[in-house]
This record gives sequence, structure tokens and C-alpha cells, in this order.
Amino acid sequence: MNKIVEKKQLSDDVYLMELEAPYIAESRRAGQFIILQLDNNFGERIPLTIADANESKGTITIIFQAVGKTTIHLSKLEVGDYIENLLGPLGTPTEIKKVGTVVCVGGGIGVAPMHPIAQAYKAAGNRVISIIGARNRDLLIMEEEIKKCSDEVIICTDDGSYGRKDLVTAPLKELCEKGIPNEVVAIGPPIMMKFVSETTRPYNVHTMVSLNTIMVDGTGMCGGCRVTVGGETKFVCVDGPEFDGHLVDFDNMMLRQKAYKTQEDQATHKCRIGLTGDHK
Amino acid sequence: KERMTIPQMDMPAQDPVLRSKNQKEVALGYTEEMAIIEASRCLQCKNAPCIKGCPVGINIPGFLDAAAKGNFQESVDIIKEASLLPAICGRVCPQETQCMEFCTVGKTLKDPMKSVAIGRVERYVADLERETNSIKIPAIKESTGNKVAIIGSGPAGLAAAADLRQDGHEVVVFEAFHKPGGVMIYGIPEFRLPKAIVEKEIDTLKEMGVKFEMNFLVGRTRTIADLIEKDNFDAVFIGSGAGLPKFMNIPGENLVGVFSANEYLTRSNLMKAYDKENVDTPIYQSKKVAVLGGGNVAMDAARMALRLGAEEVNVIYRRTRNEMPARVEEIEHAMEEGIKFHFLTNPIRILGDDNARVNAIECLKYELGEPDDSGRRRPLPISGSEFIMEMDTVIPALGNGSNPLIKQTTQDLETTKWGNIVVNENNKSSMDRVYAGGDIVLGAATVILAMGEGRTAAKAITDDLKNR
Ligand SMILES: Cc1cc2nc3c(=O)[nH]c(=O)nc-3n(C[C@H](O)[C@H](O)[C@H](O)COP(=O)(O)OP(=O)(O)OC[C@H]3O[C@@H](n4cnc5c(N)ncnc54)[C@H](O)[C@@H]3O)c2cc1C
Ligand SMILES: Cc1cc2nc3c(=O)[nH]c(=O)nc-3n(C[C@H](O)[C@H](O)[C@H](O)COP(=O)(O)OP(=O)(O)OC[C@H]3O[C@@H](n4cnc5c(N)ncnc54)[C@H](O)[C@@H]3O)c2cc1C
Ligand code: SF4
Ligand code: SF4
Ligand code: FES
Ligand SMILES: [Mg+2]
Repeated sequence: MNKIVEKKQLSDDVYLMELEAPYIAESRRAGQFIILQLDNNFGERIPLTIADANESKGTITIIFQAVGKTTIHLSKLEVGDYIENLLGPLGTPTEIKKVGTVVCVGGGIGVAPMHPIAQAYKAAGNRVISIIGARNRDLLIMEEEIKKCSDEVIICTDDGSYGRKDLVTAPLKELCEKGIPNEVVAIGPPIMMKFVSETTRPYNVHTMVSLNTIMVDGTGMCGGCRVTVGGETKFVCVDGPEFDGHLVDFDNMMLRQKAYKTQEDQATHKCRIGLTGDHK
Repeated sequence: KERMTIPQMDMPAQDPVLRSKNQKEVALGYTEEMAIIEASRCLQCKNAPCIKGCPVGINIPGFLDAAAKGNFQESVDIIKEASLLPAICGRVCPQETQCMEFCTVGKTLKDPMKSVAIGRVERYVADLERETNSIKIPAIKESTGNKVAIIGSGPAGLAAAADLRQDGHEVVVFEAFHKPGGVMIYGIPEFRLPKAIVEKEIDTLKEMGVKFEMNFLVGRTRTIADLIEKDNFDAVFIGSGAGLPKFMNIPGENLVGVFSANEYLTRSNLMKAYDKENVDTPIYQSKKVAVLGGGNVAMDAARMALRLGAEEVNVIYRRTRNEMPARVEEIEHAMEEGIKFHFLTNPIRILGDDNARVNAIECLKYELGEPDDSGRRRPLPISGSEFIMEMDTVIPALGNGSNPLIKQTTQDLETTKWGNIVVNENNKSSMDRVYAGGDIVLGAATVILAMGEGRTAAKAITDDLKNR
């Protein structure tokens, strides 16, 4: 049982929560995630990145988008409520090195998991340029936090309501042309990570992406999270979640993410119109 | 002897057509009368060859004699001297290759399946004890002031925990999942091993004072070094199981609709995906399913697929029925339920549509060649025998390797090249204060073997702690 000690709504459907989890707060590193389950008998297990942690308070922060049954239900919990099951930290931590200039590309909700990585690169003495993007101004999250750990921030929106009216790949390409990035990190929707990887490929800039495949256990036991990387099968929950974007088979990954689409859409629909309760 | 003329009591079972649509237990268990008759088939052999077939050396003629006389509590007490989990082992032990293989009755009738049905009587007396609420909480010795950490709550961990607690140590079980029981909860289906039985065993441990820390992944949440140095545990037992699914490495294995048996069974057992109305975890809606492999895991996955509504379930196995490692009873039950078996057949490729969804599997036929050194006839591929079967789901059930997490996060722990932890005859590892047992040591084994190793380690831990 893990208590919710803080809750904020960051945009229309994006929420931040701070959870009591002393062991996870102590041992987590940038790039790692947790798996939570809202009900011991009926709930599903869903992975969320650890966006931040406060070791002395013994808390971790998650930032999530309410997209379907479980995340909508989570968004309805309040400070003082408990998350029944919380496992972590999971996954291999990001390997943070001093490489020179690191360009951190975050799209949509991906800005949240990007934040601890940008922080860690900065702390390791790198120059950090962040490119953050969203569909419109209202959906842009964590601008202040990203500014704090970046030497330069480029903002892009699809509709031009804030920053540049561009996809994140446009400023990235300009930086690559000037030979600026020594390393690129991209977190966001798979289609964005795919195009970021395609953008950097001709310039041979090492590009790390963080994958969000469907998971069950998160410990390497079920193989449900597997992806093809450089022709080999890898388990995202233990071998990742970060991989070399130039080697990932994004097309297969995106199709695998839709494996349960019909059932998920039904559940989400019922949830939105209030047909399903919270099991309690 | 006239006892030899008593035929073996059949195990009552749910009707195959009905049961292939529900999750309830298939084998219904003996009645009192059947249990007495079956127990009285035992010849009470002086040398009791059956005992050497039981990995934990249960006094088999002893408990059968008590059962034959109707002294069921005495019977289960005799079993419990050696085994912690008789209601479970009576159900899932591969008896025909263990105790029953050596039984004189079976030897005389030239068929181990006709031996005294030792496990069925074991199940009866254990069920009776549980159903009549007669399970006694074992006495706990005076506190030793020592703390022992158990990693994993499968049969190895639970057995070690029970013995260590009785020896007077403080015992904490750390489990990654949200429910304890290991493979007995997430892998073996309800229709073969009702979860309530496993839960009852765990409740007994809790009443004994064993603590359970769920959602705790040793190696990530905390390391073994943390447990010893920061949390002051005096000893650690690793019972983390096998749990790393094997794939065939054939083209198409990452298509949508290919699931490891672990994933398929975890979704349906632990996460209860069969209860579509009430649970949030989805499961693939399948019509035609191919299960690859011939062990218990394959039988469980195939029979689960049928129960989840598949119209046709096919088991594809490279050798013949005689070489299948699954329990004989499970193979028979699967066949009765209408699962199709393709022997001497091996998949070479999985095919998919434009959306990367499985739509067929391509296989190659095999024939039996000359006997090899071990005397077994090896299957050889027949060239040009490729053929394609339409499928929408493929479930590789090829067994499990060892999960590398604990090894990776524990520097001095010696393992084999397959990642199994190396231990001595007392189940002690290469590290001071650290012991291991069950599948993580043996590779894929059985519930009873895992339990036996947990007990061996527990004894060694108590002995070693005394001498510190
Ligand atoms: C390592 C990792 C880190 C993640 N971090 C974050 C994060 O910080 N913030 C955030 O908002 N989201 C994150 N996600 C995605 C998040 O897990 C999904 O949005 C969530 O599971 C959706 O569940 P749902 O029931 O609300 O929606 P559904 O309607 O059930 O699912 C919507 C989509 O989410 C994906 N999804 C569904 N179930 C799972 C599952 N069990 N595991 C993984 N993906 C699933 C599928 O692609 C599905 O189509 C992360 C995913 C992974 C793998
Ligand atoms: C589908 C299936 C059917 C089977 N059928 C039979 C059968 O009919 N008869 C039979 O005798 N045997 C059967 N077996 C084999 C039997 O279940 C295993 O041999 C036995 O469960 C091994 O016990 P164990 O205690 O070593 O590990 P497990 O039962 O695997 O338990 C290990 C536990 O440790 C946890 N864990 C792992 N790593 C960590 C960590 N780092 N931190 C915390 N927790 C961790 C896991 O989550 C798990 O709960 C079957 C196996 C499967 C998969
Ligand atoms: S525990 Fe298993 S092997 Fe031992 S007597 Fe019982 S059924 Fe036979
Ligand atoms: S070998 Fe068979 S008949 Fe003989 S004691 Fe054992 S169970 Fe009884
Ligand atoms: S989520 Fe099960 S192996 Fe990765
Ligand atoms: Mg969902």
C-alpha cells in the first residue's frame, strides 16, 4: 500500500502524483520505472516512469496521461488514497556519461520521463539542449523544470500556439547539420522516436530512445514486452527501457502495442461514461 | 496376495465437455471409501521401494497403512514429517516417474500407472484435514534472535520459511509479485491446482509469524548486500525460480498473437483475465491456437486456451507421445478435452498479415531415426515435408531459463553457464550467509524437488547460525 501525498493536474488529461515509496526513492536511478496495480484482484499492472524522487521524504513522483481504464481511474484518486501495489524501481538505469552536448527530445507526456535524464546529464557536466514538443500550448508540460536543467530549450507545437510551429525533428535536424549533438535522447510517442532516429541516422549521432511496450510482470518473466533491436529479441523491462534508436524495429513495436486495442477501447468507453466503478 | 487383485480406484473427474469451458478443478478427488480401498492396495513391502522414488522420502507405507485403517489425521501427520505441501504435491507431482515408478504393485503389473495411487491418497488426507479445519499451527521454538530473508514465495521459499520459523528465527519473505505462491499461483492453472489451497498454506505460514513483503524485487528494490548489511539479515535464501521464457528463435516470433506460455498463463491465472466482465487485464481472443512443446507448461497453456474460448487448440511436438515430459494424467485429460496433437512435427516459421498479426504457422515433419547412444530414437527432419496450418495464436511453451537479475546485482554469487546458482550439498552458495534452492539451482524442476531443497537449506541455515 502506497499513499498518495500530492496530486496536481498539469494539463487537460496529464496528472502528477507524489507517492510514498521509501525503498524506491532510495534506489531509483534516471531512466527507471515502476509498475502499479490499483486493485489486488481485478486491477491490471501498468508501467509508469519515475519522473522524480525525494529520498529524504521517501517519495517518488509519477506523471501520467489519463488515456484508458487504469490511468483514468488513477487520475480520480486523491491525496490520502492508497495505491494497492507498487513495484520498483524496474529497468536498467540510463548510462549517464560526460559526452559534450546532449540533445534531449521530449514529446507530449514523454517530457516527464525525459526530465530525470536531462537532469542527470546536466549533473554529469554536459551541455544540455532540450527540444520539447506538444500538440498545442495547453498540452505542454514541465517547461519550467526542463528549463532548470537545460542550457537551451527549444519549444515546438503542432499548431504554433507556442514556440515554433514545427515537429521536434525540425530543430533537431538543424542542430545535426551544425554538428552540435554528441548524443541525442528521445522520449515520446513511438512515431516521434522513430522519426527522431531517422533524423539523426545520416549524421551518425548516437540516439537513445526509451520504449513503452506492453508489460505484465516487469521482471523478465513473461516476455510480453519484447522488441526487435538490431535483429535480436530484447525484453524492454529488463534489457531496457532504453535502446539505440537506430537499431529498434519501431514498426513492429507499434503494431504490438495495439494488440489489445479493441478490448482497451471498450473498457475506456465504459470507464468514461461511468459504467465501471473502481472495484471497491 | 489378494490385495493385488483390487483394481486401482479411478479418479472422478468433471465431464470433459463441461470442464473445457470452466476454470474449476478437473480431478475431483477420492471419496472416503475410495481412499480406504486404494490405500489398502499397498502391500506394506518391508524394503518400501516407493520411498526412494519420493524426492523428500515420505514414509509411504506408513501413511497408506493409517489411511487404510481410516486414521486419516495420523496419515497426514506422517506425511507432514517429510512434506510441507501434501495437498499440492498430491495433485501436481509427476507420480509415475517418482514414487509410483518404484512401487511393487506397478512393477508386478508391469505398468507404473497401475501402482498404488499414492498421490491421490495423499491428496485425500490433506484435503480432509484442510476442509475440516484441522490444520494445526506448528509449535515455534524459542526466539534465536536471528533474522532470515527468503527471496521468492514459490515452493522452495515457502518450505524454507516454514522450517526456519519453526526453528525460532524471524523470517521475512520478499516477493516481486503482488501475490505469494510463485508458479503455483501464476503458472499452474486453477483447474489443476485451486488457488484457495495455495492461499491456505500461505495463511498458515502467516499465522506462524512469517512476514511477507510483496512488490519487492530483490536486486532492484534492494540488493542482497543491502539485506545483509543495512537490514541486518543473518542469512538469505534465494528461491527465485526459473522464470525466463525460452523462444524458438524462428522467424515471426515477435508477431502480434505470439505469447510465451508464461505471459499467457500469468494473464489468465494471476491476473484472472478469464473473468472478462470484472478484470482489467486483457487476453487475446483466439480461434485457432498452436502451442509449441510437450511439457506441463504446454499442456496448461493448451487447456487454458480452450477454456478461454478457442475453437481449435493444437499441440505441436517434435517427438512422440512417449517422450512427452508432461504428467501422463494431463496428457490424457488434454486429449479427452479435444486438444489436437501433432507429433513428430516442428515449427519453422510463423506467418502474419499486413498488421503483423499471426495468420499461420509453417511446420516440418519428422521421423524417428536410428537409436542414439542413450538408446532413444532421434527425430530427423523429412526434407520437403513443409506444410502450413492456419493459426491466429502461437504459444511457445518450451520451458524457462534462469532470470539473471540476482546474479547481475550480486557480485560474488557463483553461477553455472546457464545462470543457475551453484550450491553445495547443503544448498549453500559460494557466498557467506547466502543459500539457494528450487528452480534457480536445478533449472526447471518440480514442486516437490523445490520444496525439498528449501528444507535442506533451512536445516543448514539453522545449523550455521548456531555456530556463529
Ligand atoms: C517503461 C514504460 C514507462 C511508461 N511511462 C509512462 C509515463 O511516465 N507516463 C505515462 O502517462 N505513460 C507511461 N507509459 C505508458 C503507460 O503504461 C500506458 O499509458 C498505460 O498502461 C495505459 O493503461 P490504460 O489502462 O490507462 O489505457 P489502455 O486503454 O488500456 O491502453 C492504452 C495504450 O497503452 C498501452 N498499454 C496498455 N496496457 C499496458 C501495459 N500493461 N503496459 C504498457 N503499456 C500498456 C497500449 O499501447 C495501449 O494501447 C509507460 C510505459 C512503459 C512501458
Ligand atoms: C505452467 C507450469 C506448470 C507446471 N506444472 C508442474 C507440475 O504439474 N508438477 C510439478 O511438480 N511442477 C510443475 N511445474 C514446475 C514447478 O512449478 C516449479 O519447479 C516450482 O514452482 C519451482 O519452485 P521455486 O520455489 O524454485 O520457484 P517459483 O515457483 O518459480 O517461485 C519463485 C518466486 O520468486 C519470485 N522472484 C523471482 N525473482 C525474484 C526477486 N529477484 N525478488 C523477489 N522475488 C522474486 C517470483 O516472482 C516467484 O514468485 C510447472 C511449472 C510451470 C511454469
Ligand atoms: S510427494 Fe510426490 S513423490 Fe512423494 S509420495 Fe507424494 S506424490 Fe509421491
Ligand atoms: S512399493 Fe507400493 S506396495 Fe510397496 S510399500 Fe510402497 S506403495 Fe506400498
Ligand atoms: S514485462 Fe514481462 S518480461 Fe517484460
Ligand atoms: Mg488498460
